[in-house]
Amino acid sequence: MITVQPPAMTSTLPDVRGYFGEFGGRFVPETLVPALDELTAAFESARHDPAFQRRFADLQATYTGRPTPLSYAARLSDHLGGARIYLKREDLAHTGAHKINNALGQALLAERMGKRRIVAETGAGQHGVATATVCALLGMECHVYMGVVDMARQRPNVFRMKLLGAEVIPVESGSRTLKDAINEAIRDWVTHVSTTHYLLGSALGPHPYPLIVREFQRVIGEEARAQMLAQVGRLPDACIACVGGGSNAIGLFHAFRDDPQVALIGVEAGGRGIASGEHAARFADPARGRPGVLHGTRSFVLQDADGQITETHSISAGLDYASVGPEHAYLRQIERAFYTVATDDEALAALQLLSQLEGIIPALESAHAIAEAVRRAPAMPRDAILLVNLSGRGDKDLDTVINALEGGT
Amino acid sequence: MSETTRTQTGLDALDALFARTRAQGRAAFLPYYPIGYPTIEASLDTIQAMAGAGVDGFEIGMPFSDPLADGPTIQAATQVALGNGVTVRRCLEAVAELRARGVAQPLLLMGYLNPLLAYGPDAFARDARATGADGLIIPDLPPEEADLFAPGCAREGLALIFFLAPTSTDARIRLVAGRARGFLYVVSVTGVTGARATLPPDLGDFLARIRAQTDCPRVVGFGISGPEQARAMSGLAEGFIVGSALVRAGAGGVDAVRDLAAQIRGALGDG
Repeated sequence: MITVQPPAMTSTLPDVRGYFGEFGGRFVPETLVPALDELTAAFESARHDPAFQRRFADLQATYTGRPTPLSYAARLSDHLGGARIYLKREDLAHTGAHKINNALGQALLAERMGKRRIVAETGAGQHGVATATVCALLGMECHVYMGVVDMARQRPNVFRMKLLGAEVIPVESGSRTLKDAINEAIRDWVTHVSTTHYLLGSALGPHPYPLIVREFQRVIGEEARAQMLAQVGRLPDACIACVGGGSNAIGLFHAFRDDPQVALIGVEAGGRGIASGEHAARFADPARGRPGVLHGTRSFVLQDADGQITETHSISAGLDYASVGPEHAYLRQIERAFYTVATDDEALAALQLLSQLEGIIPALESAHAIAEAVRRAPAMPRDAILLVNLSGRGDKDLDTVINALEGGT
Repeated sequence: MSETTRTQTGLDALDALFARTRAQGRAAFLPYYPIGYPTIEASLDTIQAMAGAGVDGFEIGMPFSDPLADGPTIQAATQVALGNGVTVRRCLEAVAELRARGVAQPLLLMGYLNPLLAYGPDAFARDARATGADGLIIPDLPPEEADLFAPGCAREGLALIFFLAPTSTDARIRLVAGRARGFLYVVSVTGVTGARATLPPDLGDFLARIRAQTDCPRVVGFGISGPEQARAMSGLAEGFIVGSALVRAGAGGVDAVRDLAAQIRGALGDG
């Protein structure tokens, strides 16, 4: 019998120039090229340094609280009446989201490079909080850029960052969301590059960031895969994760890349629906989502006919971004992963369902992944398994959810 | 005036320009100005007026929604330009209009990568040449990724300008200089574009590090804002770019920009 071989695997990617197939690369002003070379060298030496790996693993265990549990969502599964749903509980990591994994790893890298000033961007505030947290832990100076639209809808996280000793810098330019916060963080970095590390929060940006962020997030999938085998005795039929930049998704997917029987499903923000034009679905809108370059990497980018980056919308600030990590564009192109969308309304409904059936209030970002499981599970047999990355908890979203559910603005 | 007719194009025009200014013992003055600020018509008038004031060439800005190498002044101006409906195509038409108005100096189109990718690299090189541009400056296209545009530029005889920055190592300077044609854009400071009161003290050393590796003309940009800094440039480099200071003057009308450009040009002597 002829078995279908899985497509070329991503284990050896990116290549030395930072490419995943035709996606990735390093499109930055010259001033930053030496800094990216330095970062690449520091990362390569750290990943092969047992002392670095020991310190990272030790902090993950004693500070972050890893491994995070794998929970069986029994009542949700019964309610849907199909596939059994398991949740990887990144919401239980310290600071309430997976972002801490990468923030901790990169802060240790910065320390190794002798850079004690950290700049970061944040959308939902989860990456900003994680960065402020590790900077407090390691005694580093922390500056977080955040669009004023996001500051308004994620107020609790703004206050948390300030409590943790970080400076939160409001960004008034452009659409005043995540994209513009990244622009400002890069401008700060290019100005203070000799003393400063840019602690980028998702699996995007110029090489080596997509590689570094994946490597610091892959623990999610490695734990979940082992936990599935230990608790259930087999692998899931599908892994589901929301995709903004795509760090929680790539962190989950990576461990399953060579398991061709496991489908990998990313969920983009459908906003008010693809037809409305108000969304952040880079893969789902063929009119505007095309290959392009934003923030130093070639990937799918929402843009107009002239190549200007278009404004995006999502009820979740963390998914509200015009581009997507280059490895996702590659996984989609080779058909190893599939990408779908959940709308604002579907995410809100999923958030309520999970809250009421499981006692877990998910982040609005993660609720997009739950929504896909809700859609998919009923048509699947009872012995099928869906593994959903519950990438963050929803406390930060209470204002947004109250407004949406009680008819506020 | 230093130039009234356009006898050479593309790389040849740039080579001729630096041969002339070198013979005159001064640095070349290349103003930056964006198409569409404060209006499309006013930007064309402004560039034409500066051409009349004897500047040596232009960096013609094409707006982008996310100009991450630019400071607040140019960010705001290019936002206005986008609001005025400026596209890549409109910028190419502007080049043709400037040529029709008699602007004879070398024109370099400066813009971020994504709109040019959307237009198509080869089509853009072809149309840039056809409308009368002489070269391209793409701040987010380092030499490692330049194969996207290099073949089209070579075919059309256009200069594709690369950057060096104070962070560039000697090995990096060698690599970039090896691919440079026309001139090297030397970023004077680590940072974004914007007028600054003084030049960085180590600029001379940085320029000497570059000269040790290449004879390619060095054109200094970022932070140069007035006649005094321009005069200092004549002993240091083969050329310089003034951007934010001229754009800021643009809020006061065409004459304000022309007057500042004339002062800067005057500071270089007539040589």
